[in-house]
Amino acid sequence: MKTTITVNGEARALDLDPRTTLLDALRETLRLTGTKKGCDHGQCGACTVLVNGTRINSCLSLAVMHDGDAVTTIEGVGQVGALAPIQQAFLTEDAFQCGYCTPGQICSALGMLAEVAAGWPSQETADLTAPIRLTDDELRERMSGNICRCSAYPQIVAAIRSVAGEAA
Amino acid sequence: MRPFTYERATSAEGAVKAAAETPNARFIAGGTNLLDLMKLEIETPAHLIDVGRLPIAAIEDTADGGLRIGAMASNSHVAADARVRSRYPVLTQAIVAGGSGQLRNKATTGGNLLQRTRCAYFYDTSKPCNKRAPGSGCGALEGLNRNSAIFGASHACIATHPSDMAVALTALDATVETLSPSGQARSFSIVELHRLPGETPDVETHLIPGELITAVVLPPPPMDAKGGGGQVYRKVRDRASYAAGLASVAVAGGRIALGAVAHKPWRAEKAEAALALGSSGVEAIAVELSEATHSHRNGFKIDLLRRLVPVAIAQANGSEA
Repeated sequence: MKTTITVNGEARALDLDPRTTLLDALRETLRLTGTKKGCDHGQCGACTVLVNGTRINSCLSLAVMHDGDAVTTIEGVGQVGALAPIQQAFLTEDAFQCGYCTPGQICSALGMLAEVAAGWPSQETADLTAPIRLTDDELRERMSGNICRCSAYPQIVAAIRSVAGEAA
Repeated sequence: MRPFTYERATSAEGAVKAAAETPNARFIAGGTNLLDLMKLEIETPAHLIDVGRLPIAAIEDTADGGLRIGAMASNSHVAADARVRSRYPVLTQAIVAGGSGQLRNKATTGGNLLQRTRCAYFYDTSKPCNKRAPGSGCGALEGLNRNSAIFGASHACIATHPSDMAVALTALDATVETLSPSGQARSFSIVELHRLPGETPDVETHLIPGELITAVVLPPPPMDAKGGGGQVYRKVRDRASYAAGLASVAVAGGRIALGAVAHKPWRAEKAEAALALGSSGVEAIAVELSEATHSHRNGFKIDLLRRLVPVAIAQANGSEA
């Protein structure tokens, strides 16, 4: 089935079995293997990418559902030699051990920070009508869809915090 | 996944027409639950009708002071809507208690209502399950039933409905709008959407096959005697985030709905009636729980609700329990 998806700024024409998930299209068809397959059931967050700027689990979406969409993967966030600030922050803060969850953590963090900037509440938001204060509890809650089996959570919080700035 | 064909609907009318004309077709919007189940071959549609881009995603004020939420509005957009946050906080609280940020960004209002149980026997295709394979039996009855129903269960099925959002919508007395396969629009109370398992737990709603949910309509926010909002959602689960509930409660005005304890969001009408007659929260939930039943491992849910509901009622009333 013919589908065109803009991936990291480049329009990619694909011809796919409708069963192909967005994750498999990225990894197997486009060979963008930065996005990782963990559980393949939306439970671990390793496959997180940005679709039109919004973070989603690419394993729980069919590629054909994204015809015309703009997808950003970790390869589009930054490259060796031209790292994005969030990528440099993960290095500086030692925010991983094995690194398998890291592309998903970083894409999720970018989506999460945009959600905070847009004023979206979480279950840690006590006053639903006030501006969001990105406390550490808020940050952890908003990142709960990304599992790290090496348990680098304190460093992940530190890395995201270093990019987000202190809670106002 | 089993092979299937795919089409993108361009209108709600076209979507229901396609569903009526195509055998074993299913609507897909966010897909977060359906695709999970298709990978496990619990769901095996022959055709998918993608309704995710239908122009029914808006959240609009209604003439009577309520809110109409289009079926394709994402869970994230509904939770973040300024009108929902200020006038229906119980709905925002319930939505952000469910799933993860990634899932809520993809999941839709209509799809959330129609998500399927997380019962382990429904998910394990090597085990009996009357919901997945009618007539095969219920593995949960004598098995791992820690998260099974305590209200409205049958000998055929003790599964629970997993939605948080639907519990809040039930307490808010929402109305569901649909388009039937013949193109007929209808609307009905959310309590009439889901059914109890009875002898046919595979039939989970009163929707006609191929009927599409197009919107959920909220009446004006409830007012308590003091003119306050009186809304709160509380959820108890095994970990602090990103886990299905063991029990939850939504309070909105004088209405109470319970989650993760029945085959559908459970409107606690007996507790509501007791409260209206002046009973305390503790007394009111005791009346409701007098009709609860339990299996080997889920009796603790009765104790959970006995403690949780009075606290939520007190919180909604702005007083300590």
